[in-house]
Amino acid sequence: MRWWQKPASDTQITHGNRLWLYILATIIMMLLVIPTFIVIPMSFSDSQYLEFPPSNWSIRWYDVYLESPKWMQATVTSIQVGILTMLLATPLGTMAAYALYVSGHRAARAIFVCLITPMIVPVILIAIGTFYAYGRVGLNNTITGLVMAHTVLAAPLVMIVITSALRNYDLNQERVARSLGATRVKAFFVITLPQIKFSIVTAALLSFLTSFDEVIIAIFVSGGSNATLTKHMFSALRDFIDPTIAAISTIMILVSTTLLLATQFLGPRQK
Amino acid sequence: MSSGTAQDVDRNPMNERLLRAQDVSEQRMLLSLATPALLMIVAIVLIPVGWLFYLSFIGNDGQLSLEHYQKMVEYKSYARVFVTTFQVSILTTLLCILIGYPLAYFLAMLPQRMAGFFMLAVLLPFWTSLLVRTYAWLVLLQKNGILNDFAISAGIWETPVKLVHNMTGTLIGMAHIMLPFLVLPLYGAMRKIERDMMHAAANLGATPIQAFWKIYFPLSLSGMVAGSLIVFVLCLGFYVTPAVLGGGRVVMVATQITAILENQFNWGAASALGVVLLVATIVILYLAGRFLKLDVALFGKS
Repeated sequence: MRWWQKPASDTQITHGNRLWLYILATIIMMLLVIPTFIVIPMSFSDSQYLEFPPSNWSIRWYDVYLESPKWMQATVTSIQVGILTMLLATPLGTMAAYALYVSGHRAARAIFVCLITPMIVPVILIAIGTFYAYGRVGLNNTITGLVMAHTVLAAPLVMIVITSALRNYDLNQERVARSLGATRVKAFFVITLPQIKFSIVTAALLSFLTSFDEVIIAIFVSGGSNATLTKHMFSALRDFIDPTIAAISTIMILVSTTLLLATQFLGPRQK
Repeated sequence: MSSGTAQDVDRNPMNERLLRAQDVSEQRMLLSLATPALLMIVAIVLIPVGWLFYLSFIGNDGQLSLEHYQKMVEYKSYARVFVTTFQVSILTTLLCILIGYPLAYFLAMLPQRMAGFFMLAVLLPFWTSLLVRTYAWLVLLQKNGILNDFAISAGIWETPVKLVHNMTGTLIGMAHIMLPFLVLPLYGAMRKIERDMMHAAANLGATPIQAFWKIYFPLSLSGMVAGSLIVFVLCLGFYVTPAVLGGGRVVMVATQITAILENQFNWGAASALGVVLLVATIVILYLAGRFLKLDVALFGKS
């Protein structure tokens, strides 16, 4: 029997009968992936106009990017804000997830709902809300203000990742440690933390990326010398098609792909 | 937590009460760990959004009034914004279902390891900045972009077709960005379907097509509805992609809010639109929550 004559499913459909599905799924997957990565070859074109495939290869758009003080400053801001958001959102989200998971208090569910509101409220509303409130307290165009807003977006994601890690973990181990004389804090740091550390790393990377890629809040709240990469990119996109954006996009794709692969490689070992 | 600690202790009522009190105070102490996150969210989301809510009821003369909401009902331009928003959201959701269902089905049929590999096709775009992906579509769809070049050289159409800075471009970009939000919960639901059910159906004489429509499809519906809801709700408040790929011709609620702030600096009008957007989102999620366990569908076990 050739492979296409073998049954593919529980209803005795053969792989041959399924061919249409395989072809369709392949086309869909290509439609998902190609537009994501097409800017990479285009960023190495020598031409003003983005062409594919490029007729002449060059790295001139990377030079433009690297030599522009505006783009460099924005890059530094974005990385700074991303790292600070990560450092703030990861512990906050982890603490909240642990608290709500371990405590059987009646209020836990209500607090959980409250903590995931940033995922429910449309981001545009958070953006103009913080823009207005920051205007009153002088936090617009500051790193602090932007980090706080991004932390609020990232913390619920951290919470969800950590909660699902705690579900796969047997909390009785912590009880054993405590019955042997460890304090609650010690039991957490010595017993629980090492076992959920990969989830914590995943959550941290996720919060960095949430901040690094965030556009709408950055458009409103960041500005001046503290404008982010995404804010500059957005205004460049509205005006004209600048090949420099392709170079910057390539770098951003590199960052997110690396982080995604990092989480994929970290993931399995934890089980 | 409470059951384990009380067991070996002398069961006199005094002790029990004391233990329960201890238990409750411990629960409270644990709960206080959530306070920092809670405070941040109150300060950054709840208070500012509450403030906008208040502003939306302040008329242009500084008095309490419903004028911003009245304008929404009276002015044709607002009606057009709402219609466009719903149109884009519904069409994007339908496109996502149409494209996402076969893909999720394909992935769910594969062995776990292979599915994990092909899942990268969904996850890589998902993790890539939506600004980058929007830019890529702008480049692909522009007048002398790749897609037009390709279609002309392949003889599909003769002169460049306008694919971007209009509804077509917006929908293509939105569907690309929203697809993972549909595929991921749908795939999760499909993986949970017991393969034995399909066996049983085949055994009882169902053709593969019957078995699919009578058994598999209804069981996958919960995931599909959950995914479609997320997509729909996200579309309602979407800003970046319609702003860039719509080129000013596709005005959705979020685009209108920023336009009002940029051009008129009218906080009342912008807030009122924001409130409508928020209320619509909450109502949809609430209704959905009543009919299906949304948190179960979204986050696995509740």
